[in-house]
Amino acid sequence: MAIDRAEAARIASLARLSIPEDELDRVAAQLSQVLGFVERLSALDLAGLEPTAFAPAGGPLRPDEPDPRTLPPGTATEGAPEAEDGYFLVPPVLEALEP
Amino acid sequence: MTAGEAWRLPAREIARRVRAGSLAPEAAAEAGFAGPAARWERDVHALLAAEPAAWRAAARAARRDGPLSGVPVVVKDNLCTVDQPTTCGSRILEGWRSPYDATVVRRLREAGAVVVGKGNMDEFAMGSSTEFSAFGPTRNPHDLSRVPGGSSGGPAAAVAYGLVPVALGSDTGGSVRQPAAFCGVYGLKPTYGRLSRWGLVAFGSSLDQVGIFARHVGDLAEVFATLAGPDPYDASARPGRAPDVSGWHDGVRGLRFGWPENLWREGVEPALVAALARAAEALERAGAVRVPLEFLPGDVAVAAYYLLATAEASSNLARFDGVRYGLRKASGELSELYARTRGEGFGPEVRRRILLGTYALSAGYHDQYYERAQRARSRIVAEHRAAFGRCDLLLLPAVPTLPFRLGEKTDDPLAMYLSDVFTLGANLAGIPGLTVPMGLASGGLPVSVQLLGPADAEPRLLRAARALELDGDPAGRPADEEREPAWPGGVAR
Amino acid sequence: MSAAGWEAVIGLECHVQLRTRTKMFCGCPAAFGERPNTNVCPVCLGLPGALPRANAAAVAAALRLGLALGSDVRAESVFARKHYFYPDMPKNYQISQYDRPLCAGGALPLGEGGSAHAVALTRIHLEEDAGKSFHPERHGDRRLSRVDFNRAGVPLLELVTEPVLRGPEPCAAFLTALRRLVRWLGISDGDMEKGQLRCDANVSVRRPGARSLGTKTELKNLNSIKGVEKGVRAEIARQCALLEAGGRVEQATLLYDAERDRLAVMRTKEQAHDYRYFPDPDLPVLRVGAAEREAARAALPELPWAREARFRGALGLPAYDAAVLTESRELADYLERAAPAGQAKLASNWLMTEVLRVLRERDWDVDAWAARVPPERFADFLARVAARELPGPVAKQVFAWLADEPGTVAELLERHDVRVAADDATLRPLVRAVLDEHAAAAAQVISGEEKPFGFLVGQAMKLAGGRAVPEVLRRLLREELAARSPRP
Repeated sequence: MAIDRAEAARIASLARLSIPEDELDRVAAQLSQVLGFVERLSALDLAGLEPTAFAPAGGPLRPDEPDPRTLPPGTATEGAPEAEDGYFLVPPVLEALEP
Repeated sequence: MTAGEAWRLPAREIARRVRAGSLAPEAAAEAGFAGPAARWERDVHALLAAEPAAWRAAARAARRDGPLSGVPVVVKDNLCTVDQPTTCGSRILEGWRSPYDATVVRRLREAGAVVVGKGNMDEFAMGSSTEFSAFGPTRNPHDLSRVPGGSSGGPAAAVAYGLVPVALGSDTGGSVRQPAAFCGVYGLKPTYGRLSRWGLVAFGSSLDQVGIFARHVGDLAEVFATLAGPDPYDASARPGRAPDVSGWHDGVRGLRFGWPENLWREGVEPALVAALARAAEALERAGAVRVPLEFLPGDVAVAAYYLLATAEASSNLARFDGVRYGLRKASGELSELYARTRGEGFGPEVRRRILLGTYALSAGYHDQYYERAQRARSRIVAEHRAAFGRCDLLLLPAVPTLPFRLGEKTDDPLAMYLSDVFTLGANLAGIPGLTVPMGLASGGLPVSVQLLGPADAEPRLLRAARALELDGDPAGRPADEEREPAWPGGVAR
Repeated sequence: MSAAGWEAVIGLECHVQLRTRTKMFCGCPAAFGERPNTNVCPVCLGLPGALPRANAAAVAAALRLGLALGSDVRAESVFARKHYFYPDMPKNYQISQYDRPLCAGGALPLGEGGSAHAVALTRIHLEEDAGKSFHPERHGDRRLSRVDFNRAGVPLLELVTEPVLRGPEPCAAFLTALRRLVRWLGISDGDMEKGQLRCDANVSVRRPGARSLGTKTELKNLNSIKGVEKGVRAEIARQCALLEAGGRVEQATLLYDAERDRLAVMRTKEQAHDYRYFPDPDLPVLRVGAAEREAARAALPELPWAREARFRGALGLPAYDAAVLTESRELADYLERAAPAGQAKLASNWLMTEVLRVLRERDWDVDAWAARVPPERFADFLARVAARELPGPVAKQVFAWLADEPGTVAELLERHDVRVAADDATLRPLVRAVLDEHAAAAAQVISGEEKPFGFLVGQAMKLAGGRAVPEVLRRLLREELAARSPRP
């Protein structure tokens, strides 16, 4: 499976990763190589196999009770890249971005 | 033995002396820094953080009557600690302070252990050599031109050169067992869900497990017993009580070990093959029974693993975006803030895997890649189960090669991935695996073997490791006495 | 049918914010109005190393709603991650449910007593809410938005209808019925203005009888039931006008501005979002056993439409009354317990006019009223009104005292020294005095005209200061008038 520059750029955009122009070709080539390897999965006979369920079907659900992990006031924004008055600050959030 | 030599002691012995009042926790921690670290750390670079104020305070506060009282421990830098930074080996978390302790860290502290530092690692646990740390590689104490393995290279090396008797790492595709092999120490990856993942920064959620490094089987057992068990904060934790490993020295009489020789007929270093033969003979001498059998080749597992792990990683790492914590590459525009923060904050291997994982999950490719990998995983689970229908545990290599040189594989991602061929099956199947050091090859590099068992088979893995530990001692001494590690950290060469 | 020649096809996607104590996947309080970022923890802040664990009460609430709507509640459902990057998303993925939701199908009955028709549902599933980001503001020489994660992680139920709604009014009716139901079941307060009930609409139009659907657009920012109605109406009109002029409807997302009654195209969807769904590996498969399901079904209260039907049927109330009185379970329960036998309509009248008025004036809910005027006390009051012991003005006076003072009706009358005369001895002289003063009117009645009789009753009541039993006055008037009639 070959991934070209354009496809690599599309995936990078989906993943919100900036890849410098001069690295795109190399990244595309490396991805193609790995995907070429995982192609062998397509040759397998997987008839009758269900996807593995992950987390062991486990214990009971969480009771609807507060627990001690809630952070003390002010802690959440400590160490934030930018914060003020208890809020996190980010560049303008415009309605248009939300799906 | 003076307090300054305390670093040579097994963890259980340190705890015994602290409980008896003959050793202070501060002294035990200090011994590792004053002795081995002074000699090795600058070259080896096992640690990313070891703030003296923090570990001294922790040592002073440690309880004196616990099962691990005073035991100094290094934890991999993807385990959250409140008193030292947690960076996961990445610029995107440089200097970040977690407001909470991981459950395994909390349980160590509750048992009286002292977290003295954070171990270096491949960035976000993605790598097999610790060369992908954003803060410089760790080097193998046995040969500084070679890698210690990864991604838990730092903790493994810290145990190997004697800074601490035990350390915690994480194992998603072999990241505890492989560095244990390369550094010549024991490395245990427990059954999936037996050690809580609360506070372990996630890479591959359905594959990750906290793992344990040690120089003695008994220490491995003690730490496992302290840490294992359900946690209300981790819904993926295995329900029910963890297996009881207190009988780790009970012997292996009658235990059947599978011998899948097809796995190392080619492509495995002769010295490692020889170690396997020695291990098999030692187990038989101890009363175990060898069961020759065929076991599946690993490349299907490698393919399935790299799709699943990268898919989960691409999702788990989406939260690193410069909004709430960590690095931010400022911008007046939101999408640029995301792209630059992540593009510049993540290293090349992490970016590669995020891209691969994003691709595997994206519309149009989901069924072809992700879904197929999940079904291939079911087959791998079934194949392991079938093997354990015929034996109680499997003996196989931990790694195909001796530790390679720094720089040897960094340009060839695929080659790096293929070196995990013997370890990642256990992560896919959720079963426990244990690397057992088997001495040094003629060139001075460590050789090892791996034991695999079905879910919750830690007791018998430890018993088999113990049989090898006893058998391997040239002087025939029981190995739970004070023992010089057989690596550069301890012995004058 | 909307604009002439076109049929509108609408599907609604609603989110119900659940009223649990804690959030969907962590123990932070699901409370509001607090200082920013103070109800947060590693889980709902998306810190490294945090893990989710599902809230049992949220699942139970989802179960109640699904069963009430007749959905197929799945024994096994799966939490899935839905990926998109946005500042109010702590993990840049939302834990939701995708191809294996908790509930499939079901329907919400609408119309009188739920009998008119039912709006078919596609699915109901559980997910977590995002935080809140605010409009950009000036910060020195930059513009920045604030983000608060207190709301992040609060449990939501997403409910999707089949595209079976045909116009703005059915949409409003659906939301009204849904709001009533979620309040009735106690799972949410359903207040759209507070974001506890949210709605997006998918709208398309086609020629009547056409088998395929037209291109649909998505309407967002519909912040009230009225807003949904108006927004849907505006979009239908827009699409019809476009098609009539020979244009094509483009797939788009539109925001509705209720103040200006205007639609604004947000973006066109050339590329559908790639959410990269996959099952969340941190969470086990969600299991709902048959026993649990049956227990939840058995514990369901009488549903609002069933109660409404019973009020119309067994209690004989008009459709309007039945609808108003079943707006909330508390009000419906109150009616049933406060209405004396055979007096449902009387009770209904008092509740709908006087009691609801008091609730509005004092900003009380039904429980606040019931705490002061328990149903039994109100029943006593109603019984006396029914027995004509409390004529109009007196009844109103006593009613006002009921809310603010303790005591039985008798005690209240005593305390305020209100005597209602019902005996002949007290009232006959008044009646005679009225007939003496209004001899002309009296003569008219005697000669056969009925109309002045009412006037005479009113005058007698006035003379009695409003404190006479009307029936007694009427009887006495008849008697006295008869006494003054010329003998044949």
